[in-house]
Amino acid sequence: MLKQLSRQNAAGRKRKDRGQALGLFLMALPMMIVVTIFSYIPMGGLIVAFKDYSYSDGLLKSPFSDPFWKNFEFLFKSPDTFRIIRNTLGYNLAFIALTLVISVAIALMLNEIRSRKALKVYQTTMFFPYFLSWVVVSYIVYAFLNPRLGYLNAIAARTGGETLDWYNTPEAWIFIIIFLQIWKTVGMNVLMYYASLMSIDSSYYEAAAIEGATRLQMIRRITLPFLYPMMIILTILAVGKIMNSDFGLFYQVPMDSKTLYPTTDVLETYVYRALIQSGNIGMSSAAGFLKSVVGFILVLFTNKVVKKINPDYALY
Amino acid sequence: MITNKRHERVVSILLNAFFILLSAVFIIPILSVVFISFTSEASISQNGYPFFFREFNLNAFKYIFDNPKTIVDAYKVTILISFGGTFLYLLLATMAAYVISRPDFPYRKHITFFFFFTMLFNGGLVPTYILMSQTLHLKNTYAAMIIPLLVNVWYLIMLKTFMADIPNEIIESARIDGAGHGTIYLRFILPLSKPALATIGLLTLLDYWNSWQPAMLYIDEKEMYPLQYMLQVMLRNIMEILKEMQNNISLGGMENLPSESARMAMCLLAVGPMLFIFPFFQKYFTRGLTVGAVKG
Repeated sequence: MLKQLSRQNAAGRKRKDRGQALGLFLMALPMMIVVTIFSYIPMGGLIVAFKDYSYSDGLLKSPFSDPFWKNFEFLFKSPDTFRIIRNTLGYNLAFIALTLVISVAIALMLNEIRSRKALKVYQTTMFFPYFLSWVVVSYIVYAFLNPRLGYLNAIAARTGGETLDWYNTPEAWIFIIIFLQIWKTVGMNVLMYYASLMSIDSSYYEAAAIEGATRLQMIRRITLPFLYPMMIILTILAVGKIMNSDFGLFYQVPMDSKTLYPTTDVLETYVYRALIQSGNIGMSSAAGFLKSVVGFILVLFTNKVVKKINPDYALY
Repeated sequence: MITNKRHERVVSILLNAFFILLSAVFIIPILSVVFISFTSEASISQNGYPFFFREFNLNAFKYIFDNPKTIVDAYKVTILISFGGTFLYLLLATMAAYVISRPDFPYRKHITFFFFFTMLFNGGLVPTYILMSQTLHLKNTYAAMIIPLLVNVWYLIMLKTFMADIPNEIIESARIDGAGHGTIYLRFILPLSKPALATIGLLTLLDYWNSWQPAMLYIDEKEMYPLQYMLQVMLRNIMEILKEMQNNISLGGMENLPSESARMAMCLLAVGPMLFIFPFFQKYFTRGLTVGAVKG
């Protein structure tokens, strides 16, 4: 009797659990539907890179191109392709290296500031550009680079330096773009590094002080090692996104100036221009396909490498 | 010992000097926009952009608010997509995050992976553009500006990490009292996740406020331009907008129009509301920052 009762109970609970699971599933469903439609369906849509797409036929009815790699053949024959890939990879590598070194250095220095008030002020000002859109940044840049009225040329004229037509000087943009990327994102990165320093127990420093360690030794032996996990995580994420670029930085800030393409054209802007401005869906989709697939492989690869070094730091 | 103290003071002064200089690099460019927007147009075209307030006046702002249609429309659109989008995202994302944060939910790992995978791989611009414009016909709709930011899985995972720290006993005891998942979510999970909701809510709001690419891709009608996109168009095509404004109310000769300062004033007005959010952001941000691994 008792046994039967408990069995009934168990069955009831099981049914209830299944009901609970269904209820939970239904709560996640709306987000899953959104992600299915707007993230998963476009993944399947990558097949467009192998088709002769026409707007009237739509994606499914458009015929496959013959041979199926035709769009890629055009892409690799185009003289722009080398330049775009060079720029994309080159800038991203520069961003990764400089962001890492500069953010860590600033976080370490911030950690030495004793006044809480000053600390807050410095952090806030550095973080501020993160709040601005690239459109707003492009206005600020324009105030500096406007050839007739801008600050840089005004300073150059006053000090007897050379005034430049900035929006037609591609070489200058290598520095401008790197500077702006660091300027806009360093505050956020410093914040993340600094947050991971908060967890250091002060007893480490006290012990080191008793042993007679200098401030610099403490930074090298105690503070810096606490930053390693964050350094690795942020760097893997950045390497995984090495085929991506910030569209606003490369398109809007140089004002889509054609003479600047040699140093500002990257995959992201190329795909956009080929799609919208020249309507060349074949080239655009082939470049986009490369970007997605190579990016995916790079994420998997970097994660694997990190897993081998230290499984705790791996992304998944 | 004394030399040590003096040494420390010197280091501290040098460090602070360094940070003050560094702060200037971050602040001066932003201040320049302020200086330009408060300077008379004549002074700008004569002497270039001002390094400080020079011939201070409000003509640029007066000019914008004399013909407010353009900016009022843009504000309306931006406010609608920012707040509407943020609300919708928080609703969808917190429900999903709650589900995948429950250790007793059997399909937790599968659904987490389903979301996470989209962070590793995506279709990119071309298929998305075809889907949005050709298949779903979303051109010139507000949905076209809201949807692209709804699929943000990064914030979803931040929410999940936060919710996973809510003690399971709370949920268990609520369930024993007969509460369903909907009730638990509304009465316990949401109130307990306030710091995370504030952080993610502010981040999402900022993302929507600053977004202009969806408008560039999908919006052709001028009345539907959000602030940021209006600014983008304006910087590249100032004369066209000025003519537009002039058609609404005639203001006399084009040469009197404060084009340089008005442009910067417009920029300042677009940033403005976010300045009020900034202090809140700082308050919640460091607390809600921890992003855990996806595994587990």
